[in-house]
Amino acid sequence: MQVDPRGPRVAAALTAAVLAVALVVPSPAREIVLAVQAVVFALGAFVGVGATPYAQLFARVVRPRLAAPTEWEDARPPQFAQLVGLIFVVVAIAGFLTGITVLGFVATAAALVAALLNAAIGLCLGCELYLITRRLATSLA
Amino acid sequence: MTGWWVLAAALVATFLVAFAARAVNGRFRSTGSDGVPATEDAEGRFDLGALGRRPGETATLVQFSSAFCQPCRATRAVLAQVAELVPGVEVVEVDAEAHLELVREWGVLRTPTVFVLDSSGRLVRRASGAPSRDQVLAAVAEAIE
Repeated sequence: MQVDPRGPRVAAALTAAVLAVALVVPSPAREIVLAVQAVVFALGAFVGVGATPYAQLFARVVRPRLAAPTEWEDARPPQFAQLVGLIFVVVAIAGFLTGITVLGFVATAAALVAALLNAAIGLCLGCELYLITRRLATSLA
Repeated sequence: MTGWWVLAAALVATFLVAFAARAVNGRFRSTGSDGVPATEDAEGRFDLGALGRRPGETATLVQFSSAFCQPCRATRAVLAQVAELVPGVEVVEVDAEAHLELVREWGVLRTPTVFVLDSSGRLVRRASGAPSRDQVLAAVAEAIE
């Protein structure tokens, strides 16, 4: 499946904003915001990048105001990146809930950096991890 | 309060990674001695024969790609342009997932990774991340020398 590459960029910007809010609000709002973002990541990872509310917002509000895309991209890289994002956010929630606050902050911050890089320069850290995880998976098998 | 500090640190980290990525992406480095893997023969030859390909007359460009790689497409176009501009340059694209043994042997961590081989198939330059056309042309020129 092909997607307009500007969609994941806009979604990444919204993700970054949500994660930034999660960092600065007190508990339990923090955990709730992270849980909402986890649901969004899960939709993106398991249903498709077009299934998230962020993608819907892009498709209905942003895209009609833009020119047609000059190129399309494969939907699998951003979809894989959503899975990586989900893992980080789940780890963050686990950290905050179990009192390992440092883990919660570090995992949230890592997800935030990845989302900001994607939004700002189009660098997909989750995608960069893909080959390394494949290497590890086969060397462990 | 902690959260604000973490947010500030994340923003700083983002800037640092963004600038580092810009600087590193597509920059070719020489593979004089450090780039030659231990398992390879002393001359650092890349086994094109295993891929059913032969070295180009002047140079060969090997691109490691994967499905999960948006910049690979741009890199493919850049290498095709270079092959048109410089006579005797062959382009070989390797699906990294299908050739994990090569990925491991040659220490490829990211896609795209581009190798420049000289006419004898020896690895002389390599770059990870999408290179520009001028970067590839310069690396090929150095390989031909």
